[in-house]
Amino acid sequence: MPVTVKIPTQLRAATDGQAEIEVEGANVGEVLDAVFEAHGTLRERITQDGDLRRFVNVYVSGEDIRFQDGLATKIDDGAEVTILPAVAGG
Amino acid sequence: MAIENLRCKECGATYDLGAHFACENCFGPLEVAYDYSGLDPVEVKRKIQAGSQGIWRYADFLPFEGRPGDPLEPGLTPLVRADRLAERLGLDVELWIKNDAANPTHSFKDRVVAVAVAKARELGFETVACASTGNLANAVAAHAAAAGLGSYVFVPANLEEQKLLATGVYGTNLVGVRGNYDDVNRLCTQLAETRPWAFVNVNLRPYYAEGSKTLAYETAEQLGWQLPDRVVCPIASGSLFTKVGRGFQEWLDIGLLEGEQPVFNGAQAEGCSPVATAFAEGWDVCKPQRPDTIAKSLAIGDPADGPYAVEQARRTGGAIDSVSDEEIRDGISLLAETTGIFTETAGGVTVGVLKKLAERGAIGAGERVVVYITGEGLKTLDATRDRFRMHQIDPDLGSFESELAQEVTA
Repeated sequence: MPVTVKIPTQLRAATDGQAEIEVEGANVGEVLDAVFEAHGTLRERITQDGDLRRFVNVYVSGEDIRFQDGLATKIDDGAEVTILPAVAGG
Repeated sequence: MAIENLRCKECGATYDLGAHFACENCFGPLEVAYDYSGLDPVEVKRKIQAGSQGIWRYADFLPFEGRPGDPLEPGLTPLVRADRLAERLGLDVELWIKNDAANPTHSFKDRVVAVAVAKARELGFETVACASTGNLANAVAAHAAAAGLGSYVFVPANLEEQKLLATGVYGTNLVGVRGNYDDVNRLCTQLAETRPWAFVNVNLRPYYAEGSKTLAYETAEQLGWQLPDRVVCPIASGSLFTKVGRGFQEWLDIGLLEGEQPVFNGAQAEGCSPVATAFAEGWDVCKPQRPDTIAKSLAIGDPADGPYAVEQARRTGGAIDSVSDEEIRDGISLLAETTGIFTETAGGVTVGVLKKLAERGAIGAGERVVVYITGEGLKTLDATRDRFRMHQIDPDLGSFESELAQEVTA
């Protein structure tokens, strides 16, 4: 099923300036693999040894995937995947 | 000191001094880098002592060329001896309270916001904004009003009423988000991409965070240009905790202070303790939590500087502990009864952890200990409800005698 992935400003140099990418995938891992296939340099920027880097947050329809099943988090039809840098503050 | 650039704390990539906060290569947080070379400690000291009565006396260590104008300058808050608190805890130490509630909007957030608002003006922003657990909201609204800038303040909608009232009064656009702080933070990170606003703790975060270093500078200066042996400091995002360490390190590096970094003890609430948990488990990342604590100003479930706070506690031989809501209330009372300082729930957390350290014998005899009290008790009045009884009498002597005679003669 098609999934919309939102790309933050910091990564748009790697997506030819695109803020949204449409890919296919049943869970977050599959969706990210599809994104990396289309834009190869993204993989190294947000993952390390197969895992997300420690300052990368991924949300499925606004919900942090670390509260769900991580990269195995299932994606429902029409869901949106958002990638954002972690920001300290308060 | 010359300000050089923004540098990624993870991979070292450098960026220009604009409104950036995350590394494009690895998403690591950016931090301001300075060139310390050529600073004469004697001259630096003289300049500080001749400076203003607030944080701008340390302007050479903040991310500006020269000293920016600031109509609401925070800082130089009291550092007071707390001998009676030490006695109550059975501690034979030199105990100090850094009372940072004594700032313009009654929390340490005035320090970081003063720096961020000055940077926002320098970069040409007309509107400032923030994601806040409350204290930051007060500070952003006030400093924006003082500087004549517009402001948008985003908070969890269920915040303490006192903090909402003390924000709205400044004429800001106050936005209550139906969610927790981490939801507010995510929303603001997304908004920062499209709105031409200076989000003090998002796109201006590298500058904002520098303001916390002034707590370290002041502590050292007020101790007669000496370091404490140990600090006890609350942890929400971990930014304050790590920047106090950086402040001490900078002055050690340029020879303004001698000795070594103090032991860093971090304080969290049990109901939101991702950093304390990471410390206890030996992790180098913090597993996010859904906060459930009365210490709302520390209720950040996904603390982005948490990994650095854990590293700092380990490196200095310290620890990160957490306390229950009841221990937080006890901590507020204990501080008030022994020092006359009324702190908010975050201060209750810090004093609660100090008590815990005392009970397990972690603090050595004769140590010089500084406890950071970061906010004012009037902001979280509910935490003190039902903790004491008020005598009620009729306006006559008989009524007074029957109610209080025993206590008065005792």
